[in-house]
Amino acid sequence: MFLYYLRLSALSYKRNPILSSLMVLAVAIGIGAYMVIYTLNYTMGGNPIPQKSAQLFHVQLDTGDPNRDNDAPEQLTYLDSMALLDAKRAQRQTASSKFTAIVEPANPEIRPMITNNRGVMADFFPMFDVPFLYGGGWDSSSDDSLEQVVVLSREMNERLYGGADSVGENLVMNGEVFRVVGVLDDWQPIPKFYDVNNGPFDPGEDLLVPWHHIVDKNYGRAGNTNCWKAIDGTGLQAFLNSECTWIQFWVELPNGGEEQAYLDFLNSYAAEQKQLGRFGRPLNNALFDVEEWMVEQEVLPDETQILSALAAMLLAVCLLNTIGLLLSKFLGKSAEIGVRQALGAHKGSLFIQHVIEAGFIGLLGGLLGLGVAALGLEGIKVLLGQEVMVTDWIQLNVPVVFVTIVLAIASTIVAGLYPIWRACNVNPAIHLKTQ
Amino acid sequence: MEIGPILRAMTRNKLGVVLIALQIAFTMTVMINAIFIINERNRMMARPSGADEVNLFHFTSIGFGDDYNERIVVADDLAMIRQLPGVVNASTTNAIPVSGSGSSTGVRLEFDESQPSVGVAIYRTDDQLIDTLNLDLIAGEGFTESDMRYRSESGATLADKTVVSRATAENLFPDKPLNQIVGETVFLPGGVEVQIIGIVDTLQAPWPQSSLIERSMIVPEMFVDTSSLYVVRTEPGERDRVMAEIEDLLLADNPNRVLRSLRSLEDTREETYRIDSAMSTVLWVIIITLVFITCMGIVGLAVFGINRRRKQIGTRRALGATRPEILRHFMLENLLITSVGVLVGAALTIGFSIVLTTNFNMPTMAWYYTPVGMLALLLIGQIAVLGPSSGAARIEPAIATRSV
Repeated sequence: MFLYYLRLSALSYKRNPILSSLMVLAVAIGIGAYMVIYTLNYTMGGNPIPQKSAQLFHVQLDTGDPNRDNDAPEQLTYLDSMALLDAKRAQRQTASSKFTAIVEPANPEIRPMITNNRGVMADFFPMFDVPFLYGGGWDSSSDDSLEQVVVLSREMNERLYGGADSVGENLVMNGEVFRVVGVLDDWQPIPKFYDVNNGPFDPGEDLLVPWHHIVDKNYGRAGNTNCWKAIDGTGLQAFLNSECTWIQFWVELPNGGEEQAYLDFLNSYAAEQKQLGRFGRPLNNALFDVEEWMVEQEVLPDETQILSALAAMLLAVCLLNTIGLLLSKFLGKSAEIGVRQALGAHKGSLFIQHVIEAGFIGLLGGLLGLGVAALGLEGIKVLLGQEVMVTDWIQLNVPVVFVTIVLAIASTIVAGLYPIWRACNVNPAIHLKTQ
Repeated sequence: MEIGPILRAMTRNKLGVVLIALQIAFTMTVMINAIFIINERNRMMARPSGADEVNLFHFTSIGFGDDYNERIVVADDLAMIRQLPGVVNASTTNAIPVSGSGSSTGVRLEFDESQPSVGVAIYRTDDQLIDTLNLDLIAGEGFTESDMRYRSESGATLADKTVVSRATAENLFPDKPLNQIVGETVFLPGGVEVQIIGIVDTLQAPWPQSSLIERSMIVPEMFVDTSSLYVVRTEPGERDRVMAEIEDLLLADNPNRVLRSLRSLEDTREETYRIDSAMSTVLWVIIITLVFITCMGIVGLAVFGINRRRKQIGTRRALGATRPEILRHFMLENLLITSVGVLVGAALTIGFSIVLTTNFNMPTMAWYYTPVGMLALLLIGQIAVLGPSSGAARIEPAIATRSV
């Protein structure tokens, strides 16, 4: 029966090709445009590490200016980061900061290059499920002993070692030798949740080294640094002792219930610091899991949120259009419906027949809409270019394709409900008379 | 007038009326708000940075190796670049306008740190930046070589003189004429005293989205580490030629360094505003698609309505109605439906604009957007229905005598 109705739908399409094509086009444009914006929102506002986003927490300590009531600093000071690292109250913890350095390749053919790097703790890799192509991260012991070890991004390994397994190779960074212990596989979470303060859609870093090297070797810090208070004195030590915030701090609390205990620990630490004249504001420390942190930091751009409202209205207009066109189409075949009724079709089967017909239009619209969406996403990629943000992810993916088709069929059927109802309630007598 | 019969005819096809009116209303909401957003972005992009952007380019040089002495390298580099044919001037600075990256500080009128401060962007640079960027010095004077301070470690500001943008000056001293602000002393964090020696008309902060966009200050202070940002102004038309040559010249002078981000300020501006221009393009595509679809809907339903009433039209013609009268009937019918649409649309437009203002810190939409939008959609409706209506006007009176 389903196949029969499907064939009827195809016949009906052929009988009224222009009207039917207009409907398909309206559905395709509406759904296609909506799916372009949906894809952006879905990925940019999505959960980049769903398997453990609820166990990873960004630590925020409110060390801000007591004379102002602005938001708490997003990042931590050196003093606080070191205190939290030493306390080791979480199962895993990492400080994380960006820096730049110059790498002098062993191959004299390749000119020295500036690299974007990140200092992290050994825990960083297992915490964030970082994938490795070769080797792995380093041991916690390397963190404290300032062992000169480095993990390369896949792309950097391509540039420096032609993509070969470079574990064990020596790499010269700012004149010092680091031993390669691991090479990352492709790793580009969108958003780049582990550092949303320096561009949530920026590419990943070239090299990762134990965090303490940043201070030990006084590397050029490249991330956001905020100081509300003038630094007391000059030099690195004065900077480290200052209220400048430049370190991101993440902890992993794998079991439920530990969150409150860790927050209590933070608050008691802050209370201790108050005695020393720091933390001038009322207690306002917080833990944010990955999703909460994305929301708190407003990672999802205003643009895509505004566009999704506009695209929803565009879709509404397209569906209103479809209602009108379906109405014309179904009323146009009142005579046929009259005959079917006279031959014994009851309202239920007429209803199913027309739902299938509307769904058929929706399916065609959805398929064409996929083309519109693919085209639109390609267009957005071109508009954004490569320089401003990572755009490789802007493409159709399996869930989006699925949602597109389902949404197209469902919305066309919903749009068709009134026309279908009208079609089912045709008075057969009138239409039989004129035959 | 014929409004009575038209209204009665419309009540026989209420759904058609509602469908078109709703489409018009949504189209108007999207169109007007999108145009407002586009205009806002264009206005933001059109603000001058104060610098002579067309003739400027910039690059970063990072030295390596044990015997790299930045202070000497920078002095040599600048001397070399400044004497190149086609170059007007060159400077080093910690930041440049429209680049999106820089440094800010708080300025106070008093030493007391608990007093509120005015947030400004701070350009730490050599004594030539005003000329290099070709800023318009409207009061006081620029820096001399003796004003320069050098530092190798972070800490409080060392310089004791500053040139500020007009917006900074007016914000700090709202009641004073500009020439009297020159000579005033202000305080930077750490109680550092600096004297305002000059005011430039415009020098934007580097961050286009920032609320302190027009407020900036320049201090003659150079950070000596291994990384320097250079900005170079060329004679008109010479920029690309100098840019093409500069890398080889600098590496020949000192190979122990890496150059990066060699770019014209125009390109940097384009990149900084890339998302805004992409947004504008996407919004235009949405507007055009929407108007197209709405027109299609108007035409579709008009044709449907006319076809259903062919016989009635024929009858009216037979009873003496002229072609212009038939045309007017359908034009007027559309005008009535569209009027309902734009009235609903006006409410939706204003509502959506309020949502944008409260949630996305957009400015309030000027009052004239809504009425202009209403008129535009009335016009679009009339144009869309012109074809079907003149088709209706061509229906022969003879059709009245035929049975279906």
